[in-house]
Amino acid sequence: MSELPLLKVHELSKFYGGRIGCRNVSFDLWPGEVLAIVGESGSGKTTLLNCLSTRLTADVGSVEYHMRDGQYRNLATMPEAERRFLMRTDWGFVHQNPADGLRMTVSAGANVGERLMAVGERHYGRIRETAGDWLGRVEIGLDRMDDQPRAFSGGMRQRLQIARNLVTSPRLVFMDEPTGGLDVSVQARLLDLIRGLVQDLGLAVIVVTHDLAVARLLSHRMMVMKDGHVIEHGLTDRVLDDPREPYTQLLVSSILQV
Amino acid sequence: MATPLVVSEVAKSFTMHLRGGTLLPVIQDVNFSVKAGECAVLGGPSGAGKSSILKMLFGNYSVDSGQILVNHEGRVIDLATADPRTVIQVRRNTIGYVSQFLRVVPRVSALDIVAEPLTARGTSIEAARARAEELLSALNLPRELWLLPPATFSGGEQQRVNIARGFITDHPILLLDEPTASLDAKNREVVIGMIEEKKKAGVALLGIFHDEDVRERVADRIIDVSGFSARKAA
Ligand SMILES: Nc1ncnc2c1ncn2[C@@H]1O[C@H](COP(=O)(O)OP(=O)(O)OP(=O)(O)O)[C@@H](O)[C@H]1O
Ligand SMILES: Nc1ncnc2c1ncn2[C@@H]1O[C@H](COP(=O)(O)OP(=O)(O)OP(=O)(O)O)[C@@H](O)[C@H]1O
Ligand SMILES: [Mg+2]
Ligand SMILES: [Mg+2]
Repeated sequence: MSELPLLKVHELSKFYGGRIGCRNVSFDLWPGEVLAIVGESGSGKTTLLNCLSTRLTADVGSVEYHMRDGQYRNLATMPEAERRFLMRTDWGFVHQNPADGLRMTVSAGANVGERLMAVGERHYGRIRETAGDWLGRVEIGLDRMDDQPRAFSGGMRQRLQIARNLVTSPRLVFMDEPTGGLDVSVQARLLDLIRGLVQDLGLAVIVVTHDLAVARLLSHRMMVMKDGHVIEHGLTDRVLDDPREPYTQLLVSSILQV
Repeated sequence: MATPLVVSEVAKSFTMHLRGGTLLPVIQDVNFSVKAGECAVLGGPSGAGKSSILKMLFGNYSVDSGQILVNHEGRVIDLATADPRTVIQVRRNTIGYVSQFLRVVPRVSALDIVAEPLTARGTSIEAARARAEELLSALNLPRELWLLPPATFSGGEQQRVNIARGFITDHPILLLDEPTASLDAKNREVVIGMIEEKKKAGVALLGIFHDEDVRERVADRIIDVSGFSARKAA
């Protein structure tokens, strides 16, 4: 395999004053690979995800991204305009709270169409058609296309957020607790949808979750965080079935069965 | 052609941090190899470490020391030290595994669970489902179950789904953890036939079979795992 990593993360650290956000994190992510970041509340999962996706500026370390032109670029030193373009087109970010990733006062169709316009699509009919396709893929009826997400249930909003993110065919999607805050049955359906889309589209995904069952179902590889540090990292089923670290053993034993 | 699977000087123990850091040695100095076209069987009492060996060979358990050399697409890979990405590729193309119990993926039909290893390797969904249907019908799984998720299936039905999934690809190495344990005589017979076919196709099989009758019919050789015990030696 001559493939190269999509993301190269080197000794990344973030501090909030004297408090550690995340410390000394290094890994590579390959195209099509799903990495889960797990750990208890306050362990630094969101901090790490935000540093990776440049929503936060790391204090130490670097993140390099393999651009479509084949070059690696250091995200911290990339001009702001270029970085924003990358985030709108080649990346997706799925927030736990859909309201953070959607525009609540424009229609569902426009929420999806907007991202298409960011990649230069101008033809109204084509935008509407593609937006309609994507609503279908996330199981939102076409009759809801002109409704605002304010009128949607939590699960529908989350599916809309996913459509909005995937419509530009991104290569890398960040997700922060994508199924958190939803009813168990709604969670399950959303998880199915995400699993199917990730497989079909061959997306690389970094997903933060405190739910080990979500990690088991979605990810190839898993990172366990505690107090800002990555304490265990490996193949998902190996970390879950043969955990090495005391904290990971505690985490795995405290759930019924994953 | 290189021997498909060579295990040398492998040791495994568990440290139980929730039990005050108790060290549980399981096996040490595990040495064996499996040739193409043979079915080797791991024997030994319950708790001897038979399943743990299969899990290490599949990359599901880590290895304390030693080597697990696998002939993967013409290259020799040491699974004991391979990175997660390599393990995933080895699973996709080289080592198949029928676990003792099916791990169901919620809401995915039996047919698609069986077809998945083929689609993961680029076979079209139609062709993969057609092959899955052949296997499920050979294993006498009632047709009305094919499109249902196996979560509610009986133990024997789930196990047949698991077997079909493990046998659907032409992986050169196949690991079997008591595949016939919850099957009736008729379906045990089907699985024995499927194992014979794999042998003829040159697959290297390594299995665990408690059922003596099955073991005698399929085993070319028994590897006694109690000889690798790390406890009596300690
Ligand atoms: N803006 C901030 N200012 C100061 N401290 C912060 C800030 N954001 C996060 N922290 C602290 O950094 C640590 C890591 O927080 P983070 O949000 O990354 O945790 P998390 O693992 O995502 O937790 P959760 O599962 O609860 O979302 C916590 O101790 C948190 O209080
Ligand atoms: N993930 C694990 N964590 C801790 N100990 C384990 C783990 N897996 C296996 N063991 C222990 O390792 C030893 C060997 O177990 P293993 O399942 O390999 O035995 P086996 O030979 O397959 O037995 P059986 O015939 O009963 O299936 C046992 O003492 C078991 O408790
Ligand atoms: Mg968080
Ligand atoms: Mg066993």
